Amino acid sequence: MALLCYLVFLAFPFLWLVSTAFKPPRELGSLHPTWIPRAPTLDNFRTAFDEQPLLQAAANSLLAAAVSALVAIVLATPMAYVLARLRTRFARAATGWVVVSQAFPLVLVIIPLFLVLKTLHLVDARTGLILVYVVWSLPFALWMLTGYVRAVPPELEEAAAVDGAGRLRTLVSVTGPLLAPGIVATGLFAFITAWNEFFFALVLLKSPEKQTMPVVLTHFLGAEGVADLGPLAAAALLATLPSLLLFAVIQRRITGGMLAGAVKN
Amino acid sequence: MAVRGPAHRSARRSAHLSARGTWFLVAPALIPILVLSVGPLLYGIGLAFTDAQSGRTEATRWVGLLNFSDLLQDTLFWDSFRVGLVWAVGVTVPQFFLALGLALLLGQDLRMRWLARALAIIPWAMPEVVVGIMWRLVYHPDAGVLNETLRSLGLGPDEGVDWLSGTATALLAVVVVGIWAGMPQTTVTLLAGLQNVPRELHEAAAMDGAGAWRRFRTVTWPAIKPVALAISALNFIWNFNSFALVFVLTDGGPGGRTRLPMLFAYEEAFRYGQFGYAAAMGLAMVAVIAILLAVYLSRRLRGEGEEDR
Repeated sequence: MALLCYLVFLAFPFLWLVSTAFKPPRELGSLHPTWIPRAPTLDNFRTAFDEQPLLQAAANSLLAAAVSALVAIVLATPMAYVLARLRTRFARAATGWVVVSQAFPLVLVIIPLFLVLKTLHLVDARTGLILVYVVWSLPFALWMLTGYVRAVPPELEEAAAVDGAGRLRTLVSVTGPLLAPGIVATGLFAFITAWNEFFFALVLLKSPEKQTMPVVLTHFLGAEGVADLGPLAAAALLATLPSLLLFAVIQRRITGGMLAGAVKN
Repeated sequence: MAVRGPAHRSARRSAHLSARGTWFLVAPALIPILVLSVGPLLYGIGLAFTDAQSGRTEATRWVGLLNFSDLLQDTLFWDSFRVGLVWAVGVTVPQFFLALGLALLLGQDLRMRWLARALAIIPWAMPEVVVGIMWRLVYHPDAGVLNETLRSLGLGPDEGVDWLSGTATALLAVVVVGIWAGMPQTTVTLLAGLQNVPRELHEAAAMDGAGAWRRFRTVTWPAIKPVALAISALNFIWNFNSFALVFVLTDGGPGGRTRLPMLFAYEEAFRYGQFGYAAAMGLAMVAVIAILLAVYLSRRLRGEGEEDR
């Protein structure tokens, strides 16, 4: 019974969002809204695309998220390998920094970044945002990947070496395949984080045609909080779908075990 | 036999990385982090002691502690800190207990686990902006499901309560959203912590006739305590520093009643161009977090305050 209450609390806002997205304006204006739209319609989706450059925004988000996730993985995987295999002070310091860096308010980082990017003419440029996303997703990617490398027993690598495989060949043929699922999960997680990110995109992108999905969504809210509810809900729903789908794919690998493991050591 | 020696040696050699190889592997990630994360952070701390502004032509000057003395005289600053603390505590504490309850329920009821898992994806994976938009629809005075539910139950006025614009309700309304948004992560983390609970101890305690509450106090709680401490501390920090959710819900309104520290800093930096002042605000936030965290962890880890608040 208590469990049911919890689940209702978790689910009902989302159901309401879905319901609102398919309601015609007449029902949205009525004083007695219903859970199920009486006359479901796709008009809101059409209107949303007419009102705001949603396709362009989705393309911008996709580009930023895909490129930054790929680059972050390529950069982080070697270092994660080192952190996992070396139990030195350096590895501990690096891990400590990963945790500590998450605790600083973004405002301390964004102002200097804004000034630096401005000098490089990368404010209001997609490149600048991607650069920020790469660096911003590195700590977490490092942390996740280090955990995945630790799960690969060093004995396997040693055995391959005994069989006469060189260092590189060992990595490519033994460690790589075992790491692949973890690397994919980390990449998808970085993708979702960048796809969802709001603060940096809000500060760094001014031109409407360069803005990402979350920023464009806020344009629906308009001044004074007066919002065209139907199109707003429709656009919000579309912006969420990729995140939900990808997260469902990797959910099994992203568990509280990460923090639990970190605390235990 | 003759083969064994070299093979062993090469195995040992590849088992540890040479120093140069290590740097070669670490540099691709470390250099960007140093240049674009650690560097800006130090630069940002430095900016807090200057009069940096956006779009000014004169050179930025060193002003020492002026920004901080200005901050201390700024009522908006104090207001935003109060709001930030109320919000961070108001979200973190109830959320912890709700998540702990949910984790314990799920730990017992394995049939519902898949459903809870599936539903947990929603708050966890959603962009914060969408969470904010979604709850605006829930709270909407006319077309919102909350007021409609209250009306159908015969509670609340017919014209509907404007939850997010009412001075009395706005902060409570955003806190509820904050609790909702972080529930899954806290629950899943505590569930992982519950894996550490020794089952046989539980059973032994049950055999000795210990009630559910006693079993929780003596067996479960000690096992999950480290995880519980870590997640509540992290949640507090994240909530204190959060931005997007409340920005979308209320933009700090009505009358600054939900203006979190980050919203204050954002306005100073990017609406008024006061970079130095906003950086000082960020530094003040770090100081508050550091002090609170030190007090909290030292008290908890020394094992006093066994009794949770």
